[in-house]
Amino acid sequence: MITLHHYLILSGILFSIGALGVLIRRNAIVIFMCVELMLNAVNLTFIAFSRYLGNIDGQIFVFFVMTVAAAEAAVGLALMIAFYKNRESIDVEDMNIMKL
Amino acid sequence: MPEILFFTLVAAVAILSSILVVAMRNPINCALSLIMTFFCLATLYVMLDAPFMAAVQVIVYAGAIMVLIVFVIMLLNMRTETSKNYVHGVLVSCIVAVLTLFVISGFLKKSPLTGEPGLMTTDLVDKVGHTELIGRAMFSDFLLPFEITSILLLVAIVGSVILAKRKL
Amino acid sequence: MFDNVWLIPLLPLIGFLVNGLFGKKIKNEAVIGGIGTLAIFGSFLVSCGILIQMIGTSPEHRVFEKVIFPWIHSGNFKADMAFLVDPLSVVMIMVVTGVGSLIHLYSIGYMHGEEGFYRFFAYLNLFCMSMLLLVLGNNLLVMFIGWEGVGLCSYLLIGYYFHKKSAGDAAKKAFVMNRVGDFGFLVGLFTLYWWLGSNQNIWTINFMELKQASHLLPYGGVVTVATLCFFVGATGKSAQIPLFTWLPDAMEGPTPVSALIHAATMVTAGVYMIGRMSFIFIKSPDTMMVIAVVGAATAIFAATIGTAQNDIKRVLAYSTVSQLGFMFLAMGTGAFAAGIFHLMTHAFFKACLFLGSGSVIHAMHYALHHAHSHDDAQDMRNMGGLRKAMPITFITFLVSTIAIAGIPGFSGFFSKDEILWQAFSNPYHGGLNMILWGIGAVAACFTAFYMFRLVFMTFYGDCRIQPKAKSHLHESPLVITIPLMVLGFLAAVGGYIGLPKLIGELFGGIPNYFELWLDPVFELAQEYGHTYAQVGGHHNVALEWGLMGGSVVIALVGITIAFTMYIKNTELPGKFTSTFPALHRAVYNKWYIDELYDFLFVNPCKAFGNFLWKGFDVLVVDGIVNGVAAVVKGWSGAFRYTATGYVHNYAFVMAAGTMAILGYYIFR
Repeated sequence: MITLHHYLILSGILFSIGALGVLIRRNAIVIFMCVELMLNAVNLTFIAFSRYLGNIDGQIFVFFVMTVAAAEAAVGLALMIAFYKNRESIDVEDMNIMKL
Repeated sequence: MPEILFFTLVAAVAILSSILVVAMRNPINCALSLIMTFFCLATLYVMLDAPFMAAVQVIVYAGAIMVLIVFVIMLLNMRTETSKNYVHGVLVSCIVAVLTLFVISGFLKKSPLTGEPGLMTTDLVDKVGHTELIGRAMFSDFLLPFEITSILLLVAIVGSVILAKRKL
Repeated sequence: MFDNVWLIPLLPLIGFLVNGLFGKKIKNEAVIGGIGTLAIFGSFLVSCGILIQMIGTSPEHRVFEKVIFPWIHSGNFKADMAFLVDPLSVVMIMVVTGVGSLIHLYSIGYMHGEEGFYRFFAYLNLFCMSMLLLVLGNNLLVMFIGWEGVGLCSYLLIGYYFHKKSAGDAAKKAFVMNRVGDFGFLVGLFTLYWWLGSNQNIWTINFMELKQASHLLPYGGVVTVATLCFFVGATGKSAQIPLFTWLPDAMEGPTPVSALIHAATMVTAGVYMIGRMSFIFIKSPDTMMVIAVVGAATAIFAATIGTAQNDIKRVLAYSTVSQLGFMFLAMGTGAFAAGIFHLMTHAFFKACLFLGSGSVIHAMHYALHHAHSHDDAQDMRNMGGLRKAMPITFITFLVSTIAIAGIPGFSGFFSKDEILWQAFSNPYHGGLNMILWGIGAVAACFTAFYMFRLVFMTFYGDCRIQPKAKSHLHESPLVITIPLMVLGFLAAVGGYIGLPKLIGELFGGIPNYFELWLDPVFELAQEYGHTYAQVGGHHNVALEWGLMGGSVVIALVGITIAFTMYIKNTELPGKFTSTFPALHRAVYNKWYIDELYDFLFVNPCKAFGNFLWKGFDVLVVDGIVNGVAAVVKGWSGAFRYTATGYVHNYAFVMAAGTMAILGYYIFR
């Protein structure tokens, strides 16, 4: 029997891997993909809870998360293109204009 | 026990492909691995009696968003970075990731994870249909957030166009 | 016309703004001078209108208050920007705008070609505005604005030649000394306001309300404290002992400034202030005595110094101090109308004298400049025999000198004689009266002496100017001589509006119009005075005639001495000097008052300042500031390693922090 815990543990593992990717990668697009991964881990949690609590609201939330992700993808990628145009790179190490 | 076997298989593939997302050098490979993860998640959604969400997952995530990402990767003509692929402190970051996992599992262990069972049962989904259930909720209780979402998307469109324009 | 009183200060303000803001761009001297002169002349016309209307109103209705706008209303405290038109302020605005207009006109000629011509006119207009605010204000606060404003303008105009160190120093000296007086003014204001408010529940600084409430004030006591503080303010502004040393130094400014500010108007502010609050001052017999004594002492003290100065303007400056002493003597003996009368006549003849000296200096400067001589153009020892070269200047100057010396028939005689008579016969000071009169008489003698010494040294005798320069001497242009002629005329006849009763009776009972005019203002003060007056005004006609004759004789004696010493027997001054070298040196060096002040106040202040600078400021204040900065710098140096500027580091810290917090709540 698959319990809620199975899904939640899987979701936690995926989330941790996504966080790890955000922390260690230098390529902004890869970091972006890792963020998407984290979002999906959360989506999984929502749907799992929705199923086990018999409430559809969680799935509606997933729907909104997807919308936000889509908007984020559009704007984030546009930002990267703009940055690439200036710096010929999307390496986050180059995004250091705040440094002294 | 075929159900749990299937779940384990899908979960393993999801974890493996997500590790590949983090570990692969070439961004295209990362993107493909991520699509794999998304498919696995869609499968899990089906197992969770949410076929509509599975479809949306495939169409929006694996389809639209990932196509956009792959498109940008190709547009920027990024090659595999031979030298430093990762920043320093991989070890420390791993510790943080493990800590995250630890916190999550600690949460699961401590929380009773109980609640009032709602109306949406497997029978209902089978009888009425998942899409209709989602639609009813979306256009009644969540109508206002739904409308706001449209504005969010509009802003995102305008913003991305302005940002990506060559000259303002 | 009363309603238009706001125009009077407004016009000079507009002139100031136009010249001050755009003068540099206008450049044309005629336009700048025209704007400045017309602005003040417009005020003069309005003042004339007010005067005419006031003559037409009955004496008891001659008080008019005009609120321009409510200014500060806070709890019990209420001060409006409001003007008070009454006989006293009308006299003052007539003097200020009338003499002011003439001096503006004169300045067009005198300041011709000076650098910063527009600046000069802007300051002059600003000064006139402040002075008019001072005399028109219906409460102490508006008066104080004017009070400070004239101090500021005085500073600006004394320091007009700011590239000269002595001018800058003189300006600073005037400013600082005025501040001492202003402090007294403020303390007096606070004392009065506080006492009336807390004891009688009358919170006011409005003159008319104060006047109504004045019967609640006690005789002496707190009133003495308040009035003495006000008097300190008056000594600062009107150059009385002990705060008089700034006025002679103020001669560093251009001559029209000396004429306008340091002779005719600003220095009379103290006299005016006492007159305005006569109903309070008279309530303190002690203060009245202090004022009378200080006035008399200043009169004689400054007069002695004036006898030994060689700089033409300095003689006039000490003369001004001395004459202001006379005015205070009048105020202190309760003869307020006489004091204001002398203020007015003095404004005429002293302005004329200063402008005349300016005309002389102007001519001398021109001549010496063309002869490439470096002689001092203001030193009387370099002059002599100028009456042929400058006839108009000479005649007006002579008329004014006669007026100030107190020869019958000229304005100074009427006012000065009135003061001396009041000093002798007033009912307030008992045995002191004789001394006050004696000092006043001697000072009058000195006045006649040094003024004629000035005339003789400048206009008579042999010409001591280098022959080369002599041919360049010439009379000043019309724009300079017209004001001289007008003022000279006023100096001669201005006294007839205040004919002493005694003389008036000779001509069929002509009353003293000036005193009648001011009667509504000083009535209350006289009433208060009578409550403690010792002897009810003993009017001995023979005695008055005798004293009048005496003062004429005294003036003639002074003139004769001057004539003997500087015309007939010119070795006499030299002999005198060698006979009493110490006395001469002391007088020549102004009784070493400046040195005394330096020793007593300035140097200790400097030493204290140096101590504060080197001991307190550098070590303690700077030490604290630098120490704080050093500590912050040290810490921030350590923390700056956390601000790497890399997105990763921030993301990492954020993630770790979030997890730490969540972990704490979950596992605690």
